[in-house]
Amino acid sequence: MIIPDDLLYTETHEWIKREGDNIRVGITDHAQSELTDVVYVELPKIDRQANAKEPIAVVESVKAASDIYAPAKGTVVEANKALEADPGLINREPYGEGWIFVL
Amino acid sequence: MSDKKTPLYEEHARLGAKIVPFAGWLMPVQYTSIVEEHQTVRNNVGVFDISHMGQLILDGAGARDWLNMMLTNNVEKLAIGTGQYTLLLNERGGIIDDLIIYRIDDQKFLLVVNAARTGEDFAWLQNHLKEGRSPGRLNGGLETAAHCNLTNRSTEFGGVAIQGPRVAELFRALFGNDTELPARNHILDLPFDETRVSVAHTGYTGEDGIEVFFRATDAVKFWNAVLEHGKPFGMKPCGLGARDTLRLEMCYPLNGSDLSPERNPIEAGLGFFVDLTKPDFVGRDALLKTKESGPREKLVPFRMKEKGPPPRPRYRVFRNGERIGEVTSGTLSPSLNWGVGMAYVSSAHAKIGSEIDIEIRGQKLPATVEKKPLYRKPAS
Repeated sequence: MIIPDDLLYTETHEWIKREGDNIRVGITDHAQSELTDVVYVELPKIDRQANAKEPIAVVESVKAASDIYAPAKGTVVEANKALEADPGLINREPYGEGWIFVL
Repeated sequence: MSDKKTPLYEEHARLGAKIVPFAGWLMPVQYTSIVEEHQTVRNNVGVFDISHMGQLILDGAGARDWLNMMLTNNVEKLAIGTGQYTLLLNERGGIIDDLIIYRIDDQKFLLVVNAARTGEDFAWLQNHLKEGRSPGRLNGGLETAAHCNLTNRSTEFGGVAIQGPRVAELFRALFGNDTELPARNHILDLPFDETRVSVAHTGYTGEDGIEVFFRATDAVKFWNAVLEHGKPFGMKPCGLGARDTLRLEMCYPLNGSDLSPERNPIEAGLGFFVDLTKPDFVGRDALLKTKESGPREKLVPFRMKEKGPPPRPRYRVFRNGERIGEVTSGTLSPSLNWGVGMAYVSSAHAKIGSEIDIEIRGQKLPATVEKKPLYRKPAS
């Protein structure tokens, strides 16, 4: 796995990609491999206001549920609906199709 | 106290396993993927390191009668070379441990116990032996206790569980085509590459399987032989993660999660392994009372009604807004691709088909009480 160098990373293992005024958020390859097989993702609702470091999504593996934090204050403008049908995208493409939300 | 390593620890590390502390041991939770390892056991055959489990030996002229007073199942029914699932209870009927007892000789018994409880089980048995008494109304304890000897052999032995529909083929590849698999719940000493191992036809996955015990010094040799001979059968090393999802689909309880000293075997649905016709055993009086009044709560398997987040231990259970219990095991079943679990619920709602709600992050999501097991193999 090539770790992209155009991203920012949080202490809680989310990655952040700047897209104009927005940021796209997912979890790192290291995080997905620690979580193991992702079987369910609870996405934040569109228009939800979030403060920095507030838990706004949940990624669940076979073993456990893990909170995903908003890296900055903002409003949810997109959530990755593809994860509802195929949560394994987070394991297979953590930096690509496995993104979780856009603030 | 630092976590212990099994004699196979270096092998797990070499295979790239993810290692986690479990019950005071550093154990592989998975090698590649819990779901993959789970499917390997359901479809082919997998091998688990179970060296962390405890081995206690009790021998002597009084061993059988004394154990019959310490354990719930009937030791008298055990022929030499056979094993039975049984429970070690406290005086209140609470479960200290669940274990398999094997009669390996006329006066010699092997107890295979949970890793987390090995020390506690040993101390409990030792104290009862030392006090020179067996508990309860019959004062025959003194006589029998004086004639048995208890030893903790856990560090001397390692073990693996080999589980899955192709286990019989792998067994022949390991022990020779002329060697017969021991009958179910039987244990047999077999020669293996200039040493001897004990093979029991038992398991914790719902698949056909064996559990093999060997000297700790033979562990690496045996493990690598299993991996090598297992290749043609699609064998994979499997971690504790898959062991947990496999057992939960079968509704086999896990001590520390589904069983505890606060729960008795009647509440836990393990009455089948308790012989109340025995004149005495530790916890019997308490169980008779529970049986008479009926248990307040029961351990039941359940299945979520809708696809959604999997249930987890400690999630609360409701019915019409009223709190009726708590989840003790829960996951997304890899075989069913569906949320399942086990929970203690008040007896009024414990019937098969009862509608219950599991509270997941503030939302009450509907589930149904199911019949055991949660997963049944499709007829082949």
